[in-house]
Amino acid sequence: MSAMRDRIVFDNVSKFYGEVLGVNRVSLSIAPGITTLVGPNGSGKSTLMNLMTGLVQPSRGSISVLGLTPADADRFFRTVGYCTQFDSFPRGLTGWQFLIDSLLLYGMSEIDAFRLAEDAVKRVQLGDAAARKIAGYSKGMRQKIRLAQAIAHHPRVLILDEPLNGLDPIARAESLALFEELSRQGMHLVISSHILDEVDRISDRVVLITGGYIVAEGSIHDVRREVRDKPMQVLIRCDRPEWLASRMFSANHCVEARLHTDGKGVFLRTGNIDEFYRLLNSIAAGESINIDAVTPVDDDAQAIYQYLIGSEGSAS
Amino acid sequence: MNQRFSALANSILRQPWSLWWLQARRAVRIEVRRNLLSLRAWWVYFLAFVPTGIILIHLLFETHPAFALSEDTSVLAGVVQFYYVRLGIFFGCLGIFSRLIRGEMVERSLHFYLLAPMRREILLLAKYAAGAFSAVALFSTAVAANFMLIYLAFGPAGRDYVFQGPGLGQLEGYLTVTVLGCLGYGAVFLLLSMVFRNPTPAALLVWGWEAINPIMPSILQKISVASYLRHLMPITVPGAGIFALLTVQTEPVPTWVAIFGVLLLTAIVLAYSCVRMRRFEIRYTTE
Repeated sequence: MSAMRDRIVFDNVSKFYGEVLGVNRVSLSIAPGITTLVGPNGSGKSTLMNLMTGLVQPSRGSISVLGLTPADADRFFRTVGYCTQFDSFPRGLTGWQFLIDSLLLYGMSEIDAFRLAEDAVKRVQLGDAAARKIAGYSKGMRQKIRLAQAIAHHPRVLILDEPLNGLDPIARAESLALFEELSRQGMHLVISSHILDEVDRISDRVVLITGGYIVAEGSIHDVRREVRDKPMQVLIRCDRPEWLASRMFSANHCVEARLHTDGKGVFLRTGNIDEFYRLLNSIAAGESINIDAVTPVDDDAQAIYQYLIGSEGSAS
Repeated sequence: MNQRFSALANSILRQPWSLWWLQARRAVRIEVRRNLLSLRAWWVYFLAFVPTGIILIHLLFETHPAFALSEDTSVLAGVVQFYYVRLGIFFGCLGIFSRLIRGEMVERSLHFYLLAPMRREILLLAKYAAGAFSAVALFSTAVAANFMLIYLAFGPAGRDYVFQGPGLGQLEGYLTVTVLGCLGYGAVFLLLSMVFRNPTPAALLVWGWEAINPIMPSILQKISVASYLRHLMPITVPGAGIFALLTVQTEPVPTWVAIFGVLLLTAIVLAYSCVRMRRFEIRYTTE
């Protein structure tokens, strides 16, 4: 029970929109830190986030966030902040009005609401733009004001649906640094993003989802280990890639070879990584070939994602 | 039994009523500022004040001999009965109350409210209160202005009618009808906007229901806002021709029953709306 109070728990959750599947039989237990949801369009990432926050109701199963449910709105939404991907706002408001209106609904004084709004604007580095009407904001600014609204009340759990969309590289780096800082403070962060390279670096774990089903979860390395029986890809930089490919391909465990586009390396896919390295070492020791680098190329989220889901990682 | 009752009473008393009250007041303030005091509300102002404009033109360009006072009193009764109850308040409330939930769904901004640490029932009732405040303020002002302009035109005779005669009592009746009309139709349209993506066809059905209600059995007549309001009209104008469609003829009931009837109908509809609100889902893609 105490463990549940520290985790986000999905217990056999299914959501159907009429006859359309949203997510099916999802069971997850998410620990503090940064968790990234990865999956293509329509895979169910946003549905999971909306289920977590009560914006949609599960057809089956139950969800609790640190032991709380959205039915207990008062305690739940003081604990949870959700930056949705809906790029829309109440009409006619400035950034300040938007933040202060949101905070006033918590029942705090106007002075406290202003202080928290000011702090949130500083954290997302929105600056003087907060005094302007949101209708005139760029996409990046709208993303920032949404993020400010989600973190303004200092939640313990922050759910971010595509938080890097629309941000320029500098703003992305700043946002990622903010996420890392929030995570260091002990906050739960659940992030969905299609910019896997960036999120991958700060994630403690990934949840891979497709077609409404969770296909893998855990740390990037754990997930990779979980799919150890599937072929793994290695890039070998060398001076005789074609020759190396033919030698390696004669071994049973090598299932695919592809030359690098610059002609100075070869991608090899193997079903037995231990045997693969043993053979490679013997070739390197006994033959006239110069091997410059050996790099596993599918040990990041995008590669694992391609592995398991069979699609490009640029999902949203 | 006693223990169970006292446990229930304790549980009710332990609820954070002061926080709920504060949140509700703030939500009302935000809603009124965003909706009533915005340019988007122009057409509701137009609906409310069209008769006022026409009466003002009559006041400025026509003479009003004292013998026409009773005729103008009937005209005012007709304006309230035919225009405000059946058209102005009806469609004004449709616009105001549909916007509160469905309008925010269309604009994709409702989730900000649903992510606030506020019970959904409180949110719904606050939105309803904001809509009711807006509708009552607008239509009551318009009806009172119409009343004032009608009798202002008659000078001392009009003043006598208002202050020495039945005028103020009639104004009270018109304002009661206006307030109850806004509360009743407001609750109905708030619910319709939660049930239907486009509440207008359903609202037209309600409008038709109100029109044919007089020929319904007595029990069904009670499920109608206009049928109660008719009993509260200080002066009843019989409908003729097309206006017969806009006139509701129902079995006579005492004033207190009519008032209680509208309030009860409103309470039942709001209670059901609260139940629906608890399970309400944000599904903008289907809007």
